[in-house]
Amino acid sequence: MKLGFTPEEEEFRAEAADWLNTQMAGEFADIKGITTLTEKAERRKEWEQHLGEHGWSCIGWPKEWGGRSATLAQQVIFAEEYARAGVPGRVNHIGIELAGPTLLAFGSEEQKRRFLPGIAAGKTIFCQGYSEPNAGSDLSAVRTKARLDGGEWVVDGQKIWTSLAHISDWIFVVARSEEGSKGPKGLTFLMMEIDQPGIEIRPIKQINGDAEFNETFFDGARCPEDSLIGAVGDGWRVAMGLLSFERGVSTLGQQMAFRNELDEIIAAAKANGAAHDPLIRQRIAKAEIGLRLMRYGALRMLSTTDHSKVDGAALTYKIQWASWRRSLGELAMDVLGQAGEITDNPEYEWSVLPNLFLYSRADTIYGGTNQIQRNLIAERGLGMPREPRGDK
Amino acid sequence: MDFVFTEEQQMIAETAQGFFGENATSDRTRAAMAGDGVDRQLHRDFCEELGLGGVIVPEELGGVGLGYVEMAIVAEAAGYNVAAMPLLGINIAAAMIAAGGTDAQKSDLLPAILAGEKIAAAVGNDTVSHDGNSISGRLEFVPHGNVADVFILAHPDQVWVVHAGAPGLSIITHTTMDQTRPLATLVLDGVAGEPLADTQAAITASQPAAWITLAAEALGGAQACLDRTVRYANERVQFGRPIGSFQAYKHRLADMMIEIEQARSAVYWAACANDENSDDPQLALHAAKAFCADTFFKCAADMIQLHGGIGFTWEHDAHLFFKRARSIQTLLKDGNWHREQVAKQILGEAA
Repeated sequence: MKLGFTPEEEEFRAEAADWLNTQMAGEFADIKGITTLTEKAERRKEWEQHLGEHGWSCIGWPKEWGGRSATLAQQVIFAEEYARAGVPGRVNHIGIELAGPTLLAFGSEEQKRRFLPGIAAGKTIFCQGYSEPNAGSDLSAVRTKARLDGGEWVVDGQKIWTSLAHISDWIFVVARSEEGSKGPKGLTFLMMEIDQPGIEIRPIKQINGDAEFNETFFDGARCPEDSLIGAVGDGWRVAMGLLSFERGVSTLGQQMAFRNELDEIIAAAKANGAAHDPLIRQRIAKAEIGLRLMRYGALRMLSTTDHSKVDGAALTYKIQWASWRRSLGELAMDVLGQAGEITDNPEYEWSVLPNLFLYSRADTIYGGTNQIQRNLIAERGLGMPREPRGDK
Repeated sequence: MDFVFTEEQQMIAETAQGFFGENATSDRTRAAMAGDGVDRQLHRDFCEELGLGGVIVPEELGGVGLGYVEMAIVAEAAGYNVAAMPLLGINIAAAMIAAGGTDAQKSDLLPAILAGEKIAAAVGNDTVSHDGNSISGRLEFVPHGNVADVFILAHPDQVWVVHAGAPGLSIITHTTMDQTRPLATLVLDGVAGEPLADTQAAITASQPAAWITLAAEALGGAQACLDRTVRYANERVQFGRPIGSFQAYKHRLADMMIEIEQARSAVYWAACANDENSDDPQLALHAAKAFCADTFFKCAADMIQLHGGIGFTWEHDAHLFFKRARSIQTLLKDGNWHREQVAKQILGEAA
């Protein structure tokens, strides 16, 4: 058991940090420090391409597909340095972290050739079409239909909470391809081009005034017959495999962004005197401890090579960070006091900490609510009997 | 970066778990509770047969010569079974003597403590007065003070060895809520202490030994609370279903697991950081002590609640964990104090 990195790994860290800091001080200085998903989206698409051109886009992917075949430790280091340098989140994170790995795991050679180079080059932006108005936590209740018609899939239905659909090029869709099928059976996983007459995107305005989610309507939307990943009716397995990619190295980068948020709260508390309040001090200490424990939890999770074992750290990570960050938002407001409740921006845009407070209410909902997470932990981690289900 | 047990560490874990599982049984713990709080057979077997008394003591001093990770592994296994033995005293006293003792103290005391022939208790206090090495005053809440043969008494000016039979020393035995680790009061009236050679080295060595032991013990205890409650949740049927199938129940089990996973990260971060002297070893100690003690208390409290009436009885073991957890929360500084140390450090006020 060890925490330290090798000299070679530290060299890699210096190289990555140096390159990232140079970009953020130069050509891309205008996007440094952005914390929302939507701000300056066009510039950030250029940043995606810039990363791709310099080989820093998806370093964990195999070399033949535009990656660096980077080791786990290198990926950890890059994720940390990326966030430390104040580089904004990746507008194509769905493509890099979900679509790409799914294609690597389930896609045909032809599909890999078709999609992976574009994702790696930052030119193919993906979004995710899972949730529906009546299929959120219960994903197996998907109703969006797909049927074959003259060598093409035709899709009708509606998806919701489609993050960044309005700036994406492609969407992957889980749709019911077998008439009358129920639950996880009869679903198919399709890759669809967004820019077509059968797809309409409507932004959903959120409590913080921003609109990163969308409703996505499919009305006779089409894609070629070979656009499916896996087999017809095998969409559930692909979708579940994809969800398992959602945890991993990117958690370390996420934590570094949390680090920046906590540091901003600490600075605010020192500036306005809140840091003298013993109760605020306790909460700041708890936040700091929680953040550190996330880091070491992630390192444990990443160091575990036996993935056949149910890994407690991995199962509990989502609810851990989401709850931690929600509390952080509340701490931020308590530190700021009433100053946190006003903005000079007439467009209802908020600075980092009030925005964190508002946005973090979503953290404990998306990607599986805290309640669903507790079910997963109890059932998969502790072997508790499943909740009886009504309709199946 | 490889933040998982090595094969050797895994082996030590299995050995320690097997040993405490087999020997630190409820019956034996309860027998010790009815006496002076120590299962002497357990203590001797642990030291002699298992030979894990001096995990962090260098081999040339009769120890095992391993690190805090291994020490934590052992303490976690002891905590899992609320073992009634003076492990805390062994770990702290041995660390202090090894780091700061004179050659004579090392050769006289360490073998006896590591062999389980002498019970050691360590206590820190700046309220006693001393005239050179003659000490007077009162030391309260000394873990295993009622049974110790030798005390390591830490004062900012000097650390002393004091023997239980020393003239001027009287020991007041208390009935302690946690009967698996009784607390005593020492009253000193001009007691002659034998000074350690290096005060600072001894005090520095005492901190990771003490706080990692307690944090790891708490982690093990919390895990035991969860495991036992999970078993009960599968066996106990109400309304025609195992109670573990009800969301209101399973969500509380999930919450226990979420806390425990973090506690596990805390213990092994603190252990590793102190072994490697990297990644904020001091911060890690405070984080681990505060977080793990609270986690243990929450899990032990939930264990009682989730067992219903049976969990409140003397017959059930839940109260052993609950009382041990409560005691760890205050022992060697409470959570608020440890978090305040974290706050000072991250607010840039550290001394």
